[in-house]
Amino acid sequence: MEVGQMQRRLADYTKSLFMEGILDAQFLQLQQLQDESNPDFVVEVSSLFFEDSEKLLNDIARALDQQSVDFKRVDAHVHQLKGSSASVGAQRVKNACVAFRNFCEEQNVEGCVRCLQQVKQEYCLVKNKLETLFRLEQQIVAAGGSVVPMTELGF
Amino acid sequence: MEHMDASSGGSSSPKILMESGEQPHVLAVDDNLIDRKVVEKLLKNSSCKVTTAEDGPRALEFLGLGDGQHTNLEGRVSKVNLIITDYCMPGMTGYELLKKVKESSIMKDVPVVIMSSENVPTRINKCLEEGAQMFMLKPLKQSDVKDLRSQLTNCRS
Repeated sequence: MEVGQMQRRLADYTKSLFMEGILDAQFLQLQQLQDESNPDFVVEVSSLFFEDSEKLLNDIARALDQQSVDFKRVDAHVHQLKGSSASVGAQRVKNACVAFRNFCEEQNVEGCVRCLQQVKQEYCLVKNKLETLFRLEQQIVAAGGSVVPMTELGF
Repeated sequence: MEHMDASSGGSSSPKILMESGEQPHVLAVDDNLIDRKVVEKLLKNSSCKVTTAEDGPRALEFLGLGDGQHTNLEGRVSKVNLIITDYCMPGMTGYELLKKVKESSIMKDVPVVIMSSENVPTRINKCLEEGAQMFMLKPLKQSDVKDLRSQLTNCRS
């Protein structure tokens, strides 16, 4: 596959992630921040997000597993995850966190457990999608092409 | 635009206004690692020198306002031109940090911007009343930081 085709494939793939609501405009902000002084910015931030999220998801699972659930603690973790997902543009993760916080407020354990599953699902999805996206970018760069941020997707 | 401004009237001190071309030194405070990294890059891309802190106490320590730090302030000048802090932080909130900064004789004229992911009018008003320069909704965008940057170097509004 030649570079032009790869770039088109990447563009289509990225667009699909926006169409499906997996990523939002904040992801574009991150891409626009990337420059020669920090050419791996998006991958770096995403990696931090993956690490941080996995830790938070484990902490939440552990907290929900207690005899007496500390909802304040659970909510604090979900709040963190909501913040980071919003900052990287992981829209569906963020939305799942918003729903989760409502159940924390209601002190509803079952609701929280369901929400955790939902958040995990959305997280796994965005992680896979981003890893694919980064792989496509790498292939383009390896083939001598360049990756240009998508500033205008017309949404 | 998702930010609110307190710089009408006389609340912007001329002491911290900078000549254009000077690089502002910003202290960014946020307990979330990802947010810290993003805010740092946003500020750096707007030609700011950036120091980050993960909580209020560390921020105060950096500023020289920490517990047990030397309080003789003769001839001391603020290290930073702007403080931008998250509101929701465990331990010391951004609001509490704002109050401490405003209580300090060297730091009180340094603009403090509060960020939050939550748009709570009472929270916003509380911060503005305590002297916050601005309240900004997270996640921050490049346009937000550009506005902030131009406020720092421009005329008082």
